[in-house]
Amino acid sequence: MKREEIRVCILRVGGTNCDAETQTAFEALNVQAEVLHVNEVVKRRSLLDYDALVFPGGFSFGDYVRAGAIWAKWILVKLGKELKAFVEEGRPILGICNGFQVLVEAGLLPAFEGIAQYPEAALATNHPPGYNCRWIYIKHENSGKCIFTRKIPKGKVLHMPVAHSEGRFLLPKEKEQRDLAKLYENDQLVFRYCTSDGKYADGKFPINPNGSFHDIVGICNPEGTVFGLMPHPERAFFWWQQPDWTSQMLMPHHGDGKLIFESLIDYLEKKF
Amino acid sequence: MSVGLYIRRKTSFALFEVNLLEASNQQLLDVSRELGLGLNLQEMKAVQNYFMMKQRNPTDVELQTIGQTWSEHCFHKTFKGLIDFDGKKIDSLFKTYLFRATREINPKWCFSVFEDNAGIIHFDNGYGVAVKVETHNHPSAIEPFGGAATGVGGVIRDILGVWADPIACMDVLGFGPLEYPYEALPSGVKHPKYVYMGVVAGIGNYGNNMGIPTINGAIYFDESYVGNVVVYCGCVGLLPLDKFRKNVKPGDIIVLAGGKTGRDGIHGVTFASAELTEKSEEISRPAVQIANPIEEEKLKRAVIAIRDLELASAITDLGGGGLSSAIGETAKKFNCGAVVELDKVPLKYLDLAPWEIYVSESQERMLLAVPPENLNKVLEIFQGEDVDATAIGKYTEDKILQIFYMNEKVAEIDVPFLFEPPRIVRTAKFVSSKFEEPAFPEPTNMTEVLLQLLSSPNIASREKVVRTYDHEVKGNTVLKPLHGKFGGPNDAAVLKPLKNSWKGLVISCGMNPNYGKIDTYWMAASAIDEAIRNNVAVGGRRIALLDNFTWGNPEKPERLGGLVRACEACYRFAKVFKTPFISGKDSLYNESPLGPVTPTLLITAIGVIPDIRASISVDVKAPNDNIYIVGKTYRELGGSEYYKLKGLIGNSVPRVRPKQAKKSFQTITKAIDLGLVCACHDLSEGGLAVAAAEMAFSGGYGVELDLRAVPTDGLGRNDFVLFSESNSRFLVEVPEKCEKDFETVMQRTFYAKIGKVTKVPKLCIRGLSGEVIVDVAVSKLLSSWKNFPRGEV
Repeated sequence: MKREEIRVCILRVGGTNCDAETQTAFEALNVQAEVLHVNEVVKRRSLLDYDALVFPGGFSFGDYVRAGAIWAKWILVKLGKELKAFVEEGRPILGICNGFQVLVEAGLLPAFEGIAQYPEAALATNHPPGYNCRWIYIKHENSGKCIFTRKIPKGKVLHMPVAHSEGRFLLPKEKEQRDLAKLYENDQLVFRYCTSDGKYADGKFPINPNGSFHDIVGICNPEGTVFGLMPHPERAFFWWQQPDWTSQMLMPHHGDGKLIFESLIDYLEKKF
Repeated sequence: MSVGLYIRRKTSFALFEVNLLEASNQQLLDVSRELGLGLNLQEMKAVQNYFMMKQRNPTDVELQTIGQTWSEHCFHKTFKGLIDFDGKKIDSLFKTYLFRATREINPKWCFSVFEDNAGIIHFDNGYGVAVKVETHNHPSAIEPFGGAATGVGGVIRDILGVWADPIACMDVLGFGPLEYPYEALPSGVKHPKYVYMGVVAGIGNYGNNMGIPTINGAIYFDESYVGNVVVYCGCVGLLPLDKFRKNVKPGDIIVLAGGKTGRDGIHGVTFASAELTEKSEEISRPAVQIANPIEEEKLKRAVIAIRDLELASAITDLGGGGLSSAIGETAKKFNCGAVVELDKVPLKYLDLAPWEIYVSESQERMLLAVPPENLNKVLEIFQGEDVDATAIGKYTEDKILQIFYMNEKVAEIDVPFLFEPPRIVRTAKFVSSKFEEPAFPEPTNMTEVLLQLLSSPNIASREKVVRTYDHEVKGNTVLKPLHGKFGGPNDAAVLKPLKNSWKGLVISCGMNPNYGKIDTYWMAASAIDEAIRNNVAVGGRRIALLDNFTWGNPEKPERLGGLVRACEACYRFAKVFKTPFISGKDSLYNESPLGPVTPTLLITAIGVIPDIRASISVDVKAPNDNIYIVGKTYRELGGSEYYKLKGLIGNSVPRVRPKQAKKSFQTITKAIDLGLVCACHDLSEGGLAVAAAEMAFSGGYGVELDLRAVPTDGLGRNDFVLFSESNSRFLVEVPEKCEKDFETVMQRTFYAKIGKVTKVPKLCIRGLSGEVIVDVAVSKLLSSWKNFPRGEV
């Protein structure tokens, strides 16, 4: 598929608020990116017209109940069939921050045995509690399954901002170790919080900004085509978005977040 | 309620006529009080006369409409009134000082000033920038979370009210000392810690949920804020100027969109125009609105879509006074009348009286004027965003406001009458400061003083607050409130609002309430200087100002005297710096059982930078670079943080010297444009020592300085040189290779090379006799500075 032909759909609903910068990121890479209200998608039944889907950041439906929970159920009811087809055809879905929460609540992640009927993990309230906006370091853990990070060498440390109050990744207590092992076995673990020189946070705040289990930042499904993460790659796309660019001797070319968008596009160009 | 004054009309809903025609003066005042109108006798008599002329009694809807429109909050009676200032007659503070400065400067880049909900200036590529800063003090005192959240919501709607897309928020807050003794709190006053936590959470909640970054602000602690919390909420928006539509024609439909209307926020404006008392909580709790940022987010999407398709002829927000203000002001502005059908307004619950519907300040509502042919399309857009929108009436040819409820006419008022309240005449007098300049020996351990200053409430890091605000969303924040690895305090925020332009928007503020205790004139001058120099320090220029006054009861002559003095300084220094005022807002009557608020003027500065890649941050960048000071240091410690540390106020308030100040600003801008500056920081609270410490720990390097080189007015004491808060000064880092060029630029400016950046991360300062007086690890400075607030807050 030619790059200019790639069509990305960025979904939004009341409370979504990171759609514009996500669109900017895709457009900067010469891909067609459309921001669509889900009401519009339901009306047109057009989900399958797109090559990739993004659930961007925000506070969908005010994040009442649990972050992402309402939008997840809403979309399953209104667009469940199309969404399932989308996943089964291996078309990529990216969830950023609130989008990650939606994917987990909808059972699309971690999706050990395919799309789950009930959430298999949670993005719980931060520990320490409260909203936290800061730049953090994350280490790439994936061995190649995740199509969103294929251009990133394993072990590479990236710099990106987080801004959320519910980002503590948890697995069910009774299955915690087993599920973690599965994440490794299936190569579903994508990023972990770490220090600038790549040492795992080991739960220590603020290196791990939310108390995530096993310092987990983001995971993908066993096929590697559905990926969610808490930090915002779209806010770390251009070099001037970095918090210390004025202090750098050599101007960096881009922010680390760009690699995620590039990997996705690369995949689409080759696969379809 | 006074018997006999209120006559229930025979309707299926609650509607009263008020027997005003036969009312005595006392009864007029009773009516004003009992209906919560907030009108004085002179105003009530004007109302009485009007209805005598009409030969009928008014309804409660009519009286409430007049009460809201004439309130201090909506009409700014004090700023528009006549003032006798020690014999000098001032015809409107606003016209005489604030607006006059703008008119006389008359810059081409002002698009719309003091006209609408927000001031609009040109930006780039046909885009304009709209800015507004609101006060939300009274509601935040009663209900900190809700008060602050709705303050943010309100100012965002002001921006939507000029068709602009909100892109950033700024919030400046004033609290009582967090360690204030509980037993000293009078009944009805909430503890500063509670207020602080609530307000900060409320601001974060609204901005974060709406996805608007909070990128600039300040927090100030003062005893007087215990009873009168100060909450300034600002918002900046972006709009394509060719989409700015304000041309209502008779026949245009009045569309109410957004949240449903309820009893929350009834009489907010009359409440905001009165002093807080012990009973405020009980009486005024309904005056605080309930916030729902998600509703406003949806509303915003629809409004922007309607703007882009040019489907509406005007827009305004529903804020103070609710429908009554929004419809009245629109009709007035376009020389129209209006017919309103109140029963069409979507309600949160049944049985609101018509007057309640008309004055309710329920949040997240906007009012649009829509030509009939576009109505369906507009309603469709709202529906697509899951937002309620309803046609509730139309604008008419006559200049009469007619309100119906279930086909019954409940009000009929001439629009011009609504906007001609009797003019207020107030007396003001100047009372000079009663503080003396203290005498005390020079302290021996200057390092200790510096560490104390760095952790003092008005200087310490705001990181714990700023982290709870999303300052990155939208991905446009180029210079952030917390800089780099150490969270350094940048002087201003820089945004890159347009995709295809490198031009940046520079946002900063200045506020020095402590100086106002000595002289409000120099407080205002200093706030202007501070806001501008913060802007200049990062590379900003072409600066526009916003004024926000928080003052005590203007009916007390000495309070009003201080306000007049501050306005005089605003005029003078806006002219000096050629920085027009483009918008403003006042909150008066900030008095509590603990006394009046310290007069607090917030100046917000909006500048531009031609290329964001030239933005200058606060952190020192490389060892061996030179450190220069620009500007002269005077013995000006009155109201300083240094004196405050000693429990003193003093009298030597910092002044602004127009020529020197202008020269400092111009040369800094020039040096930045020539690429000679690596880092720049303004000198403010805590003076030279604090600024140097902040630059050092933000960069992670050391700094060594020699006070003997600092240009002073014969200060003779190390502590004065270190901690004086003289205005218009900067510390600048200049690489060795640029030294010569920098000095050429600085000719005829007060400046001096006073030190160097060092690889060893230590701040080392030599005193006036050459001895080392400060010698401390940068990490220790940083940890002192970050140690706030202490303990669990």
